[in-house]
Amino acid sequence: MKSAVVLLPGLNRDRDMIAALTKISGKAPATVWQTDTEIPDVDLIAIPGGFSFGDYLRCGAIAARMPVMRAVAEKAAKGVMVIGVCNGFQILVEAGLLPGALMRNSSLKFVCRQVKLKIDNANTMFTRRYQPGQIIRSPVAHHDGNYFADAETLARLEGEGQVVFRYAEGTNPNGSINDIAGIINDKGNVLGLMPHPENLIEAAHGGSDGRALFEGALGIAA
Amino acid sequence: MKARITVTLKNGVLDPQGKAIEHALSGLGFDGVGQVRQGKVFDVELTETDAAKAEADLKAMCDKLLANTVIENYAVEIA
Repeated sequence: MKSAVVLLPGLNRDRDMIAALTKISGKAPATVWQTDTEIPDVDLIAIPGGFSFGDYLRCGAIAARMPVMRAVAEKAAKGVMVIGVCNGFQILVEAGLLPGALMRNSSLKFVCRQVKLKIDNANTMFTRRYQPGQIIRSPVAHHDGNYFADAETLARLEGEGQVVFRYAEGTNPNGSINDIAGIINDKGNVLGLMPHPENLIEAAHGGSDGRALFEGALGIAA
Repeated sequence: MKARITVTLKNGVLDPQGKAIEHALSGLGFDGVGQVRQGKVFDVELTETDAAKAEADLKAMCDKLLANTVIENYAVEIA
Protein backbone atom coordinates (compact mmCIF):
# COMPACT_ATOMS: atom_id res chain seq x y z
CA MET A 1 0.00 0.00 0.00
CA LYS A 2 1.32 3.40 -0.97
CA SER A 3 0.72 6.76 0.64
CA ALA A 4 1.20 10.45 -0.07
CA VAL A 5 1.48 13.45 2.24
CA VAL A 6 0.19 16.88 1.22
CA LEU A 7 2.59 19.74 1.96
CA LEU A 8 1.42 23.31 2.42
CA PRO A 9 3.23 26.37 3.77
CA GLY A 10 2.69 26.66 7.50
CA LEU A 11 2.10 23.00 8.24
CA ASN A 12 4.43 21.77 10.99
CA ARG A 13 3.38 18.17 11.61
CA ASP A 14 4.33 17.01 8.13
CA ARG A 15 7.57 15.43 9.31
CA ASP A 16 5.71 13.54 12.04
CA MET A 17 3.21 12.22 9.50
CA ILE A 18 5.96 11.23 7.04
CA ALA A 19 7.89 9.49 9.86
CA ALA A 20 4.79 7.61 11.05
CA LEU A 21 3.84 6.43 7.55
CA THR A 22 7.44 5.44 6.78
CA LYS A 23 7.86 3.50 10.02
CA ILE A 24 4.51 1.75 9.77
CA SER A 25 4.41 0.94 6.06
CA GLY A 26 8.17 0.52 5.54
CA LYS A 27 7.97 2.90 2.57
CA ALA A 28 8.42 6.64 2.54
CA PRO A 29 5.24 8.39 1.39
CA ALA A 30 5.24 10.50 -1.76
CA THR A 31 4.97 14.21 -1.07
CA VAL A 32 2.79 16.61 -3.01
CA TRP A 33 3.08 20.38 -2.90
CA GLN A 34 0.21 22.88 -2.74
CA THR A 35 0.50 23.80 -6.43
CA ASP A 36 0.59 20.21 -7.67
CA THR A 37 -2.44 19.30 -9.73
CA GLU A 38 -1.78 15.58 -9.80
CA ILE A 39 -1.25 13.12 -7.00
CA PRO A 40 0.58 9.86 -7.68
CA ASP A 41 -1.28 6.57 -7.62
CA VAL A 42 -1.57 5.89 -3.88
CA ASP A 43 -4.00 4.19 -1.50
CA LEU A 44 -3.88 6.80 1.25
CA ILE A 45 -3.45 10.58 1.18
CA ALA A 46 -2.60 12.27 4.48
CA ILE A 47 -3.04 15.97 5.22
CA PRO A 48 -0.97 16.77 8.32
CA GLY A 49 -1.45 19.31 11.05
CA GLY A 50 -0.02 22.75 11.54
CA PHE A 51 -1.02 26.29 10.70
CA SER A 52 -1.35 26.38 6.92
CA PHE A 53 -1.21 29.95 5.63
CA GLY A 54 -0.92 31.18 9.20
CA ASP A 55 -4.55 30.27 9.91
CA TYR A 56 -5.44 33.49 8.05
CA LEU A 57 -9.14 34.11 7.34
CA ARG A 58 -10.22 30.81 8.94
CA CYS A 59 -8.15 27.74 9.82
CA GLY A 60 -7.64 25.73 6.65
CA ALA A 61 -9.64 28.15 4.48
CA ILE A 62 -6.83 29.22 2.16
CA ALA A 63 -5.27 25.75 1.97
CA ALA A 64 -8.62 24.26 0.99
CA ARG A 65 -8.63 26.48 -2.15
CA MET A 66 -5.14 25.48 -3.34
CA PRO A 67 -4.81 23.43 -6.56
CA VAL A 68 -3.61 20.33 -4.70
CA MET A 69 -6.95 20.13 -2.89
CA ARG A 70 -8.81 19.78 -6.19
CA ALA A 71 -6.56 16.80 -6.88
CA VAL A 72 -7.31 15.41 -3.40
CA ALA A 73 -11.06 15.80 -4.06
CA GLU A 74 -10.73 13.95 -7.37
CA LYS A 75 -8.86 11.09 -5.68
CA ALA A 76 -11.40 10.99 -2.85
CA ALA A 77 -14.23 10.76 -5.40
CA LYS A 78 -12.48 7.71 -6.84
CA GLY A 79 -12.43 6.05 -3.42
CA VAL A 80 -8.83 6.75 -2.39
CA MET A 81 -8.54 7.01 1.40
CA VAL A 82 -7.88 10.49 2.74
CA ILE A 83 -6.99 11.34 6.34
CA GLY A 84 -6.77 14.87 7.67
CA VAL A 85 -5.31 15.40 11.12
CA CYS A 86 -5.80 18.65 13.07
CA ASN A 87 -5.22 21.41 10.50
CA GLY A 88 -5.73 18.64 7.92
CA PHE A 89 -9.24 18.09 9.36
CA GLN A 90 -9.90 21.84 9.21
CA ILE A 91 -8.77 21.84 5.57
CA LEU A 92 -11.08 18.92 4.72
CA VAL A 93 -14.15 20.67 6.18
CA GLU A 94 -13.20 23.95 4.47
CA ALA A 95 -12.83 22.05 1.19
CA GLY A 96 -16.30 20.57 1.65
CA LEU A 97 -14.96 17.00 1.72
CA LEU A 98 -16.37 16.64 5.23
CA PRO A 99 -19.46 18.38 6.66
CA GLY A 100 -19.55 20.93 9.48
CA ALA A 101 -17.00 23.44 10.71
CA LEU A 102 -14.23 23.69 13.29
CA MET A 103 -14.48 26.74 15.48
CA ARG A 104 -12.40 28.39 18.21
CA ASN A 105 -12.10 26.21 21.35
CA SER A 106 -14.81 27.12 23.83
CA SER A 107 -12.11 27.86 26.43
CA LEU A 108 -10.47 30.27 23.92
CA LYS A 109 -7.20 28.58 24.88
CA PHE A 110 -4.80 26.55 22.79
CA VAL A 111 -4.92 23.01 24.19
CA CYS A 112 -1.88 20.73 24.12
CA ARG A 113 -2.42 17.59 26.15
CA GLN A 114 -3.38 13.95 25.99
CA VAL A 115 -7.05 13.03 25.74
CA LYS A 116 -8.99 9.79 25.71
CA LEU A 117 -10.84 8.82 22.58
CA LYS A 118 -13.68 6.38 22.23
CA ILE A 119 -13.81 4.40 18.99
CA ASP A 120 -17.43 5.08 18.11
CA ASN A 121 -17.33 3.27 14.79
CA ALA A 122 -14.84 0.43 14.40
CA ASN A 123 -16.33 -0.54 11.07
CA THR A 124 -14.28 1.84 8.90
CA MET A 125 -11.10 1.29 6.90
CA PHE A 126 -9.31 3.46 9.44
CA THR A 127 -10.62 1.95 12.67
CA ARG A 128 -11.06 -1.72 11.79
CA ARG A 129 -8.09 -2.69 13.99
CA TYR A 130 -9.80 -1.26 17.07
CA GLN A 131 -12.70 -2.68 19.05
CA PRO A 132 -16.05 -0.87 19.05
CA GLY A 133 -16.19 1.34 22.12
CA GLN A 134 -12.47 0.90 22.80
CA ILE A 135 -10.85 3.81 24.63
CA ILE A 136 -7.47 4.90 23.31
CA ARG A 137 -5.15 7.74 24.24
CA SER A 138 -4.14 10.47 21.82
CA PRO A 139 -2.37 13.80 21.98
CA VAL A 140 -4.21 16.95 20.89
CA ALA A 141 -2.70 20.35 20.09
CA HIS A 142 -5.04 22.95 18.66
CA HIS A 143 -6.81 26.26 19.11
CA ASP A 144 -9.75 25.62 16.80
CA GLY A 145 -11.08 22.11 17.29
CA ASN A 146 -14.59 22.90 18.42
CA TYR A 147 -16.62 20.87 15.93
CA PHE A 148 -19.96 22.33 14.90
CA ALA A 149 -22.65 21.17 12.52
CA ASP A 150 -26.28 22.20 12.13
CA ALA A 151 -28.91 19.96 13.73
CA GLU A 152 -29.79 18.21 10.48
CA THR A 153 -26.16 17.41 9.60
CA LEU A 154 -25.46 16.30 13.15
CA ALA A 155 -28.46 13.94 13.14
CA ARG A 156 -27.24 12.46 9.86
CA LEU A 157 -23.68 12.00 11.15
CA GLU A 158 -24.91 10.34 14.33
CA GLY A 159 -27.50 8.23 12.53
CA GLU A 160 -25.12 6.96 9.86
CA GLY A 161 -22.25 6.13 12.21
CA GLN A 162 -20.09 8.88 10.72
CA VAL A 163 -18.86 9.98 14.15
CA VAL A 164 -15.78 7.78 14.37
CA PHE A 165 -13.92 9.23 17.36
CA ARG A 166 -15.43 10.88 20.43
CA TYR A 167 -13.62 12.48 23.37
CA ALA A 168 -14.16 10.08 26.27
CA GLU A 169 -14.49 10.33 30.01
CA GLY A 170 -14.84 14.07 30.27
CA THR A 171 -11.72 14.83 28.25
CA ASN A 172 -13.40 17.03 25.61
CA PRO A 173 -10.73 19.74 25.26
CA ASN A 174 -12.57 22.19 23.03
CA GLY A 175 -16.34 22.21 23.56
CA SER A 176 -16.95 20.16 20.43
CA ILE A 177 -20.62 19.31 19.92
CA ASN A 178 -21.52 15.76 21.11
CA ASP A 179 -17.83 15.36 22.09
CA ILE A 180 -16.99 14.78 18.42
CA ALA A 181 -13.25 14.31 17.80
CA GLY A 182 -13.33 12.77 14.33
CA ILE A 183 -15.80 12.10 11.52
CA ILE A 184 -15.86 10.19 8.27
CA ASN A 185 -17.66 11.01 5.02
CA ASP A 186 -20.73 9.04 3.90
CA LYS A 187 -18.66 6.93 1.50
CA GLY A 188 -16.32 5.96 4.34
CA ASN A 189 -13.03 6.93 2.70
CA VAL A 190 -12.38 10.48 4.00
CA LEU A 191 -11.58 10.80 7.71
CA GLY A 192 -10.86 13.95 9.67
CA LEU A 193 -9.86 14.15 13.32
CA MET A 194 -8.38 16.77 15.62
CA PRO A 195 -6.20 14.40 17.71
CA HIS A 196 -2.77 13.31 16.47
CA PRO A 197 -2.61 9.49 16.17
CA GLU A 198 0.70 9.87 14.27
CA ASN A 199 2.27 11.13 17.49
CA LEU A 200 1.55 7.94 19.44
CA ILE A 201 2.89 5.08 17.35
CA GLU A 202 5.92 3.70 19.23
CA ALA A 203 7.42 3.25 22.67
CA ALA A 204 9.47 6.45 22.31
CA HIS A 205 6.14 8.34 22.15
CA GLY A 206 5.03 6.75 25.41
CA GLY A 207 2.56 4.46 23.70
CA SER A 208 1.35 3.20 20.37
CA ASP A 209 -2.42 3.70 20.58
CA GLY A 210 -2.47 5.52 17.24
CA ARG A 211 -0.57 2.89 15.31
CA ALA A 212 -3.55 0.63 14.58
CA LEU A 213 -5.24 3.45 12.66
CA PHE A 214 -2.47 3.50 10.06
CA GLU A 215 -2.06 -0.27 10.10
CA GLY A 216 -5.78 -0.64 9.41
CA ALA A 217 -5.82 1.97 6.65
CA LEU A 218 -2.70 0.58 4.99
CA GLY A 219 -3.73 -3.06 5.48
CA ILE A 220 -0.59 -3.88 7.45
CA ALA A 221 -0.49 -6.71 9.96
CA ALA A 222 -0.13 -5.53 13.54
CA MET B 1 -15.60 50.68 -7.11
CA LYS B 2 -15.31 50.02 -3.40
CA ALA B 3 -17.30 47.53 -1.42
CA ARG B 4 -17.60 46.38 2.13
CA ILE B 5 -18.38 42.81 3.05
CA THR B 6 -19.52 42.01 6.56
CA VAL B 7 -19.35 38.43 7.77
CA THR B 8 -21.20 37.49 10.95
CA LEU B 9 -21.85 34.25 12.79
CA LYS B 10 -25.25 32.71 12.23
CA ASN B 11 -27.74 32.74 15.07
CA GLY B 12 -27.37 29.68 17.24
CA VAL B 13 -23.66 29.28 16.52
CA LEU B 14 -21.71 29.59 19.74
CA ASP B 15 -19.28 32.53 19.74
CA PRO B 16 -16.78 32.10 22.58
CA GLN B 17 -14.79 35.13 21.42
CA GLY B 18 -17.87 37.35 21.49
CA LYS B 19 -18.64 36.00 24.96
CA ALA B 20 -15.14 36.87 26.20
CA ILE B 21 -15.45 40.41 24.77
CA GLU B 22 -18.85 40.75 26.44
CA HIS B 23 -17.30 39.85 29.82
CA ALA B 24 -14.35 42.18 29.25
CA LEU B 25 -16.71 45.07 28.50
CA SER B 26 -18.66 44.51 31.68
CA GLY B 27 -15.33 44.27 33.53
CA LEU B 28 -14.51 47.76 32.22
CA GLY B 29 -17.67 49.03 33.79
CA PHE B 30 -19.83 49.20 30.66
CA ASP B 31 -23.10 48.22 32.24
CA GLY B 32 -26.06 47.31 30.13
CA VAL B 33 -24.11 45.48 27.43
CA GLY B 34 -26.19 42.56 26.19
CA GLN B 35 -24.87 39.93 23.86
CA VAL B 36 -21.71 40.66 21.82
CA ARG B 37 -21.07 38.75 18.59
CA GLN B 38 -17.75 39.06 16.80
CA GLY B 39 -17.56 39.23 13.00
CA LYS B 40 -15.26 40.27 10.17
CA VAL B 41 -15.20 43.18 7.72
CA PHE B 42 -13.52 43.10 4.30
CA ASP B 43 -13.01 46.30 2.30
CA VAL B 44 -12.60 45.27 -1.31
CA GLU B 45 -11.60 47.45 -4.27
CA LEU B 46 -12.90 46.36 -7.65
CA THR B 47 -12.18 47.45 -11.20
CA GLU B 48 -15.74 46.51 -12.20
CA THR B 49 -17.92 49.56 -12.90
CA ASP B 50 -21.29 47.84 -13.18
CA ALA B 51 -22.78 47.67 -9.67
CA ALA B 52 -24.96 44.64 -10.38
CA LYS B 53 -22.02 42.66 -11.76
CA ALA B 54 -19.85 43.76 -8.87
CA GLU B 55 -22.45 42.61 -6.39
CA ALA B 56 -22.72 39.21 -8.09
CA ASP B 57 -18.92 38.87 -8.02
CA LEU B 58 -18.73 39.85 -4.36
CA LYS B 59 -21.39 37.32 -3.42
CA ALA B 60 -19.49 34.63 -5.30
CA MET B 61 -16.32 35.63 -3.40
CA CYS B 62 -18.21 35.23 -0.13
CA ASP B 63 -19.61 31.83 -1.09
CA LYS B 64 -16.26 30.56 -2.32
CA LEU B 65 -13.87 31.97 0.25
CA LEU B 66 -14.68 34.92 2.47
CA ALA B 67 -17.47 33.30 4.47
CA ASN B 68 -17.96 29.76 5.68
CA THR B 69 -21.68 29.47 5.05
CA VAL B 70 -21.93 26.51 7.41
CA ILE B 71 -21.53 28.92 10.32
CA GLU B 72 -21.52 32.45 8.86
CA ASN B 73 -23.81 34.90 7.09
CA TYR B 74 -22.53 37.72 4.91
CA ALA B 75 -23.75 41.09 3.69
CA VAL B 76 -22.41 42.96 0.68
CA GLU B 77 -22.54 46.74 0.55
CA ILE B 78 -21.30 48.75 -2.42
CA ALA B 79 -20.03 52.21 -1.57
